[in-house]
Amino acid sequence: MLDYLIRRTITMMFTLAATSVLIFIIIHLPPGDYLSTYIAELQSQGEMVDNEKIEFLRRQYGLDKSMPEQYFTWATGLLQGDLGYSFEYNLPVSEVVGDRLLLSMILNFTTIIFIYLVAFPIGVYSATHQYSWGDHGLTFIGFLGLATPNFLLALVMLYFANVWFGTSIGGLMDPQYLDQPWSIDKAWSVAAHLWVPVVVIGTSGTAGMIRRLRANLLDELQKQYVVTGRAKGLPPRKLLIKYPLRMALNPFVADIGNLLPQVVSGSVIVSAVMSLPTTGPMLLSALQSQDMYLAGSFLIFLAALTVVGMFVSDILLTILDPRIRLTGGVKR
Amino acid sequence: MSEPVPHYVNQDPFDPYTIEALTPEQERYYMASQWKMIWWRLKKHRLAVASGIILIFMYATTLIVEIMAPYELHTRNTNFIYAPPQSIHLFHDGSFEGPFVYGLDYHLNMENLKREYTVNPDKIDHLRFFCLGDSYSFWGLIDGSFHLICPSRDGTMFLYGTDRLGRDMFSRILYGSRISLTVGLFGIAFSFLLGISIGGAAGYFGGWVDATVQRVIEVLRSLPELPLWMALSAALPITWSPILVFFGITIILGMLDWPGLARAVRSKLLALREEDYCSAAIMMGASPKRVIARHLLPNFTSHLIASATLSIPAMILGETALSFLGLGLRPPITSWGVLLVEAQNINAVALYPWLMLPMSAVIVVVLAFNFLGDGLRDAADPYS
Repeated sequence: MLDYLIRRTITMMFTLAATSVLIFIIIHLPPGDYLSTYIAELQSQGEMVDNEKIEFLRRQYGLDKSMPEQYFTWATGLLQGDLGYSFEYNLPVSEVVGDRLLLSMILNFTTIIFIYLVAFPIGVYSATHQYSWGDHGLTFIGFLGLATPNFLLALVMLYFANVWFGTSIGGLMDPQYLDQPWSIDKAWSVAAHLWVPVVVIGTSGTAGMIRRLRANLLDELQKQYVVTGRAKGLPPRKLLIKYPLRMALNPFVADIGNLLPQVVSGSVIVSAVMSLPTTGPMLLSALQSQDMYLAGSFLIFLAALTVVGMFVSDILLTILDPRIRLTGGVKR
Repeated sequence: MSEPVPHYVNQDPFDPYTIEALTPEQERYYMASQWKMIWWRLKKHRLAVASGIILIFMYATTLIVEIMAPYELHTRNTNFIYAPPQSIHLFHDGSFEGPFVYGLDYHLNMENLKREYTVNPDKIDHLRFFCLGDSYSFWGLIDGSFHLICPSRDGTMFLYGTDRLGRDMFSRILYGSRISLTVGLFGIAFSFLLGISIGGAAGYFGGWVDATVQRVIEVLRSLPELPLWMALSAALPITWSPILVFFGITIILGMLDWPGLARAVRSKLLALREEDYCSAAIMMGASPKRVIARHLLPNFTSHLIASATLSIPAMILGETALSFLGLGLRPPITSWGVLLVEAQNINAVALYPWLMLPMSAVIVVVLAFNFLGDGLRDAADPYS
């Protein structure tokens, strides 16, 4: 187990490092760095360029140095919690983002929970009632959820949430709680607003999850041990829960590897549409204004969220499934 | 002791069918090629066949959009801004009139300055078929004005309403399909190219090539797609021409999609390269490229096609999302995502819900590809 844990940690570190290189390359793709754009912009407005500030920024990021060196500066900064400097806001990124990272994590985490809670009973029902009307209907709804673009569903839900429940449009909390320290009321307000984006982001992931759980459970239900159990007179419910469900549950946890990137992707666009105070809208505006350090920090954060999430799920899986623990490999 | 039975050989050619006679059905089954059997299997999956027909129809339409669309892409009907959809009727007051729409009366609500349209039940605009209407340039090459269906001469026909410039949404959705539907095809072609060559190399050579590719695939698969797509398309230079941007976007979409395909190709090749016919080909001096492309890949082309069909929807949705966010395609290119930009604010949902109709096109296409892909996947291995 310890051996596996160490090996898995090293893999995760490797993945994170590779990701950071990738993201570093991406944020340097646009021609010219932000500083040259910034200087050109100021000069075109006839303003004096603050040489001291530019020098400071140049030094900060070593923009005069070679690419590998720049990467090294950036990466070590990240490791020390220095997320970089937002050119657009003229503030360090860590001050710009505020609770955004935390709220992003809450949003994604809640969505995953939501997906599990919804997909699990539906998947079990669909598998045990294969080809029934309920199965067909639920499968169709699932497909519909898969096919509807998240962002439009978000718009529509936002409208109806406002019309039917009077939830204020946009945001994750009532306006009076903005910039307030966390309290019970604030948390309650967040919870009241959270459900719309959670449902919207959850739809597409739920559909996939239902289909996979259904397929897994169907495979298990046809196996000999189920027949044996039935022949020996086990009550159907006990038979289902005690054996096949457990087996089918395994890929359910392992599948978080597919689910997590999907949820994070979905949350970005949905929060951009609903202007939630998470990373989504800010990532979008940072990309539009080519404020690449800010964008890079968000990208790294989102990537790290998925990578670490998958790490946790793999560890959970080894606890859940002794076969993986013993052979030391992850089956996915 | 009797004489040994003399050695007897029947000189007639041996026909196995004399021993086991095949019924015509069996014969048809055993003689069928793989693709024929896949087709038989697929035919049983009615939803998949229906989806396939819908898709063929839609792709055929993209070829003759100019003729199918009642209006031209940029035609502005300034008297009908934000006009609601008009529905086609056949009967007026119980008498058959042929396909027609009721005219719209416009007046400005002076209280909230809202444009209000009321259906005028006395104004009957007969639709015209095979008619001359808005002039267009067919694929930008041939000028023409022939349409399959047109509004009456001084009437309107806004089946899906109009947008803020009074442009017909239905025609715009048709024009948008040309881009939205091809984005997926180009993207998947690019992803195929990468997936097969990289996955093929990994599976065929094994060793360190395989290990490296595996790690890269793991990294790419663990990353959220959309933010990376966003970042990459934000990096496309603004100075690029629309056509370049289109290809840029398709390449970006394909760039993150290949790992799944590469992984499938790799695992198949790992097993197949141990087969005797593969060793035979290698010993006869076939190059790795030839062995992979001629001898190994055809074994699971059907699987690859099925998985490609299943990944096209993700690309279409990706393009729609990117364009919607303003990071993908931009006007004058018209795609469904670009059209949906109009529906970006909550006002559109509340006041002009028909601006969201491009979504229905997206949903239909994505569902159709999913059903077809499911059917193909089930049919891909007809010998099982």
